[in-house]
Order: sequence, then structure tokens, then C-alpha cells
Amino acid sequence: MIKANKLCKAYDDIVVLKEFDLEIKTGETLVILGRSGVGKSVFLKHVIGLEKPDSGSLEIDGVTISDLSGPQLYQAIRNTGMLFQGGALFDSLTVIENTSFYLDQHDDIDEKEIEDRAVKALEMVGLKGTEYKMPSELSGGMKKRAALARLIVYRPQILLYDEPTTGLDPIHAAQISDLIVKTQHELKATSVVVTHDIPSAITVADRVAVLHEGRIIFIGDKEEFIGSKDEMIRDFLEKAIPKGVNPYG
Amino acid sequence: MIESSLRLLELIGKYMILTGRVLHVSVRRPPNWSLIRDQMYNIGFLSFGVVAITGFATGLVLSAQSIFQLTDKGLAAVTGIMVTKGMITELGPILTGFMVTGRVGAAICAELGTMKVSEQIDALQSMSVNPMRHLIAPRFIAAIVMFPILTVFNVLMGVFGAYLLAVYFFGMPPMTFLSPLPDNIENFDFVVCFVKAIIFAVIIVTVSCFKGMNTKGGAAGVGSATTNSVVLNYSIILIANFLLTLGLNLFHSKFWGGGL
Repeated sequence: MIKANKLCKAYDDIVVLKEFDLEIKTGETLVILGRSGVGKSVFLKHVIGLEKPDSGSLEIDGVTISDLSGPQLYQAIRNTGMLFQGGALFDSLTVIENTSFYLDQHDDIDEKEIEDRAVKALEMVGLKGTEYKMPSELSGGMKKRAALARLIVYRPQILLYDEPTTGLDPIHAAQISDLIVKTQHELKATSVVVTHDIPSAITVADRVAVLHEGRIIFIGDKEEFIGSKDEMIRDFLEKAIPKGVNPYG
Repeated sequence: MIESSLRLLELIGKYMILTGRVLHVSVRRPPNWSLIRDQMYNIGFLSFGVVAITGFATGLVLSAQSIFQLTDKGLAAVTGIMVTKGMITELGPILTGFMVTGRVGAAICAELGTMKVSEQIDALQSMSVNPMRHLIAPRFIAAIVMFPILTVFNVLMGVFGAYLLAVYFFGMPPMTFLSPLPDNIENFDFVVCFVKAIIFAVIIVTVSCFKGMNTKGGAAGVGSATTNSVVLNYSIILIANFLLTLGLNLFHSKFWGGGL
């Protein structure tokens, strides 16, 4: 379980997270929605130890990640993986080197098995045949899928997705959403998805949380979210889904 | 004023922490040999050309100036000593430092800066890989090994250039150029050369990595961090060179049996 207790984070004078409380159950997929700049990605970076809170704490399965640094932190996040907004593929490595990077660094398995697992992960995201291309030769959607392959190849138990469908056309966005669901079922992992994309959120979510002004103002299952009478949520839904369109697809 | 002084102190503190961590990681948990080897090739092998040209051209100029300025005073015979001593103790390390800053320091800063703004460094950390060990320590170790070798090569090219010009263009007898060298070039001159080379290597890698790792703001941020890192490296190398020249010569006069 991931538990945020009164997390506070500010950059200079801008307060991003304000006594932020949230519990994410093991094995569920929680989608965090909210306007740009409200702190959704900042929260993900706290979960993976890239940011430290000004106050409050963040626990994963009882271990207070926010108190750790150096080798203890790296050990604690070994089972956590993140899909970054722009993919964050390593420019100097080929697609297959990117995909096998984690296994090369950490796992004591032979090169042939590493390559087989990387190829299988690339096949799973529909990137067969791109193994020896450089990231600069890939389109935006392909980069995101390659980054997803790099994530799923080491089977982390906590998966963090930062805007997985942003900047993609609807077909690729739907493919990525389906991959998130497929990965979730296969790994039985805990997933946290930060997005603006309501159709994608509805496809992947078990529960939905809405972040506003540094706090969670709504948390519930997706049916509760769709039926919410809260003015801000209604506004968010109406602007994201044109009238007359079924949000469940 | 107070705020900018505090900010400067904070920056110096962060730089010292980075340098300390790199030293610690390099000694306690050195990175994979393959990463060090790649950086030795990039930093060292690929710099031989530019270092050779700089050393050779500087040797030619020093030799020409020395002969033009000193012949009428009857002192042209000191050309060999002057160029060799100057190249070993001052120009070799400084020129190599400048060339490596321009060729390697700027590239390190731009590469790390791009990795920083495109979240590649965050991605490394999210995969439990320490960027200090994976990105900075290999460059640090490679620079410390390769920089003294490049400096020696630069000195040799400088002396070779000066010798060629003095002997084959100005007609100086070869022994006039070479024979005073063994008596006048001391072991301590080589100590000065190596100490400077190692300290300049540490400066170039740590400053470039520090600026790269603290890059903000996209492509413009990478450009500005790279420019800043080059200017900062040149300035620190020049100041450090003065302090090292002063300190090492004082040390020499007190403890090495030399005199002022």
C-alpha cells in the first residue's frame, strides 16, 4: 500500500502539495486527475523518491520512502517503476539497450535471457523490428511504447504513469491505455496513473482521485466519478467529454 | 547583496557535496570498467589531435619570439630551456586544460544537461541506478587518468615544435637547444606539471558535471549552462593555476632545497 500523510511541497513561494493525504491499495489502479500544475507529477516523484517533501511522509508497504536516501532509497524503490511524460529514453542507447537497461544493471542473468526478455517486451508493445533503432528515429507514440517496454520488462510491483497518453493520437492513446490494463492484469501490480485524458482514465481506473489546489478533493470508483455532482468535476468532465458521448466508450 | 552572497555560498556548498560524493563513489564503488573505458576514449584518445596542434603551434611561437627578442642580447641559447620549462610548468597544463574544457567539458555539460531536462537522469534514478556512479564517476576517473597523459603529449609537441623551428629554420645548433636541458629541468618541474594536470582534470569534470546536473529550462537552459560551464572552467583554471604556481614554488623553496 502507498500512503501519503500530510505531504507538503513548495517550490520557492509556490505551494504545490498542501497536507496531501492519499491511500492507494495494493493491486489497484488509481487514476489521479486534475488541472495542469496542481502537483500530480510531483506526487509521483515523491513516490519514487525523486522529490523529498518539505513536511509529511510517504510510505510504501510500511517503509517511509521520504526518510530514505542513497543506497537505502535505491533498494526500497527496486520494485517501483515510472513511465515518464516524454518517455525519457536514453538518447545514447538503442531501443533494445534501453529496454534491457534495468536487467543489465541489476539482475544476475545471462545476456541471452536479457535480450529475449527485452525482445518479448518490445513485441508486447508492438515495437517488433525497432530493436536497433535509436530513440531519435522513433515517433512520439513509439517512444512512449518503448518506454513502457523498458518499464514492464523488469516487472515492478508498483507502476507509476505520468501522462501516458498526452500528445498521442486517439488510436495510439487507446493502445497505451489497453497496454496499461494488460500490464496491470499480467503483473497484478499497484498502478498510479496521472492523466488529463478522461477516456483513458475510465479505461484503466479502478478508482479515480481528483487533485485540486494541492489536495485530493474527490476519491471514489469510476462510476461515482462519472456521476459526481461536484461542480469542478462536472466542469472537468464536460470539457473533456463532448455532450452525448458515452464516457465508457 | 546578502541574498546573492547566500546563493553563491549555497552553490559552492552544493558543488563541494557533488565533488565529495564523486570522490566517495569513485573510491568505494567504482563504476563498470566498460563505462570508464568509453570515457577514456572520448576524453583522452579523441583529444590527442587538438592537444597536439595546440602544443606544436605554441612551441613554434615561443621559439620564434625567444629567438627574435633575445638574439641581439646574446641570449638566444636559452630558447630550449625557456620553452621546455615554460611548457612543462605552465603552458602544457593550461593549454591542455583549455582544450579539454572546450572539447570535453562543454560536451559533458551539454550531454548531462540534456539528460536532466528530458528526465533521463530521473529515469536512471527511478531504476535504482545512481547517476553519480553511472554518469559522473566514469568521466571523473577517465579524466584523472587521461589528462596527465594529454598534458605530457602537449609538452612534448611544444618542445618538438620549438626544436624544429630553432634548429631547421633559424639554424641553431641542435646541442645549443638540447644540452642545457638536463641541468636545468628538475624533477620538481614534472611534479608541478602532474599536480596541475590532475587538479585541472578534477576542476573540468566536476564543474561541467555540476552545471549539467543543475540545468533547468529546456534547450535554452542547456545552452546557457554549457556556456557558463566553459567560462567558469576557464576562470577557475586560471585562478587555480596562479595559486598552484605560487604554492608549489613556495613549497619548493622551503622543502625541496630550491631557493627563491
